[in-house]
Amino acid sequence: MTVHTLKNPTQSTHIRISLTKRIARPYINAYTAGILLGIVLFAAFFLTGNGLGASGGMNRVIVWMEDGLVPWHVDRTPYLLDMAGGSKDPLDSWVVFVGVGVVAGGFISGWYNGRLKMETNRGPRVPIRLRWVLAFIGGAFMGYGARMARGCTSGQALSGGATLSVGSWVFMFAVFGGAYALAYFVRKFWN
Amino acid sequence: MAPFPLPIETILGHGGQYILYLLIGISFGAVLEVAGFGNSKILAAQFYFKDLTVLKVMFTAIIVAAVLIFATTALGILDFNLVWVNPTYLVPGIIGGLIMGVGFIVGGFCPGTSLVAAATFKLDGLFFVIGAFVGIFLFGETVGFFDSFWHSTYMGRFTLDELFGVDKGVIVFAVVLMALFMFWGGEQLERIIGKKDLKAEPKWRYGAAGALVLVSAGVMLLGMPTTAEKWDRISTEKEALLADRSVQIEPAELLSLNYNDRLIVKMLDVRSESDYNTFHLLDAEHISPEDIPKKIAGFHLEPDNTVFVIMSNDEKAATDVWKTLTAESVPNVYILEGGINNWLMTFDSADYNASTALASPSDDQLRFAFPVALGSRHAASSPNPQTFADLEFTSKVKLTSKRGATGGGCG
Repeated sequence: MTVHTLKNPTQSTHIRISLTKRIARPYINAYTAGILLGIVLFAAFFLTGNGLGASGGMNRVIVWMEDGLVPWHVDRTPYLLDMAGGSKDPLDSWVVFVGVGVVAGGFISGWYNGRLKMETNRGPRVPIRLRWVLAFIGGAFMGYGARMARGCTSGQALSGGATLSVGSWVFMFAVFGGAYALAYFVRKFWN
Repeated sequence: MAPFPLPIETILGHGGQYILYLLIGISFGAVLEVAGFGNSKILAAQFYFKDLTVLKVMFTAIIVAAVLIFATTALGILDFNLVWVNPTYLVPGIIGGLIMGVGFIVGGFCPGTSLVAAATFKLDGLFFVIGAFVGIFLFGETVGFFDSFWHSTYMGRFTLDELFGVDKGVIVFAVVLMALFMFWGGEQLERIIGKKDLKAEPKWRYGAAGALVLVSAGVMLLGMPTTAEKWDRISTEKEALLADRSVQIEPAELLSLNYNDRLIVKMLDVRSESDYNTFHLLDAEHISPEDIPKKIAGFHLEPDNTVFVIMSNDEKAATDVWKTLTAESVPNVYILEGGINNWLMTFDSADYNASTALASPSDDQLRFAFPVALGSRHAASSPNPQTFADLEFTSKVKLTSKRGATGGGCG
């Protein structure tokens, strides 16, 4: 189903550096992946009481850097103070370790499945530098929005969705609504 | 008491617990990678109805996890009170979600998937991660300008079953059916717009769908355990605590707790409103026993060093509330020994209570008559700890460390 994008290097690959001699395996079926993800999500709740998260860990890394560079500023900003005020260590939080795990797990799986490849995935009509700029801008929007919504797709949509939080379900429709509303206007970037 | 979630900080230690979180994160990252979520083209295709992998993976994960969470809760294995539920801040959630939608379609990732993309050397993923760090930084620097908005429309721990007034099992069943309908619709879109051959999809998905429907129907029929059922499961163990009086604290201990800077003491006065207005302890909160169930979610969000002290005129009403809170696994709950009557006996001047004590007190009645309703303006509402410094008491309060959720998924 998704293999064709990988086997079409003229579209999706800019610099082809294969870091392993492994042959790229196709991605697994979406329902299989969903079941596995559901089991991981359940295991997280069942063992620890906490769900999954990604942007929270990234947030704490940023706050940790701010606390190292400008501690006086952190101590005057209530939002940052909550995580790094006084002797608090912003990295002393479960969500940071989940975030580190996500990077490690992605890398391990990418290596094992032969998908560690330096490339830029983009629509056929988008120059590579534009794709990078768009990724950066999109990331900035995503980061800002995720903090405003108190969670990203992992921490709000998946975790809150499975625990039936009203706010998370409304949030989920807002994310898809925002993306679908804009999709038509940026169709040239992807198609 | 339901054994899960585990008190992992107690078992593995403060640092040791992070190994478990690291393993959870590794599994999470690996699953995202094998699903193809490191590839922005697959993620973006969702929004042009060509490839609905995102919808299928997300909603399969949500219904599988929800069915497992509520099946184990219904069976009494998992304590849902200790499971983190994202608090609802309705409008900031919607606005943040819309902004994220823009970021998703422009950038092609969400934060978790971009980490996986960057970890597998996708350069667009790397630029997205850098952008996300910048966005997160900007939020931290600007939230001060709209702080009241960011905290607005707060509805606390608010779940769909409360919104619709039905049992959680019914919602789980409905969510499963809704997701299966979405999968069917999504596959039709993939066939029509994405020109996919649905015959290539695995046949077992029908079996899996049937299994989810059956299990969620079972959860619906079983229902979630009520407070009374939860109490029944733990009653032998907890009745013993009541019987050997290890949770009833003396008035002198409560007075010392109130002056302990390391603790947050939440005094809950569960008497009638008129008794409360007549006399109550300074900072005691009035709450009728029938309103307790609505407060439980909030009690679970109090800091770790919170001690709850329940008081009635004697002990009967307070003990009932103690049982409710204990069954709902609120930590560190104690009863004021002998209630308000005993408090007044201890701290009111002797001549006053002798002259005003009612002739024949029945159980859980205020045995002191006050000429006017003084509320907390009575001298005994906040006794001077210096005056009573030599009052002796058996210290019973022991803080138990919290188990279960410690904060938001992206907190």
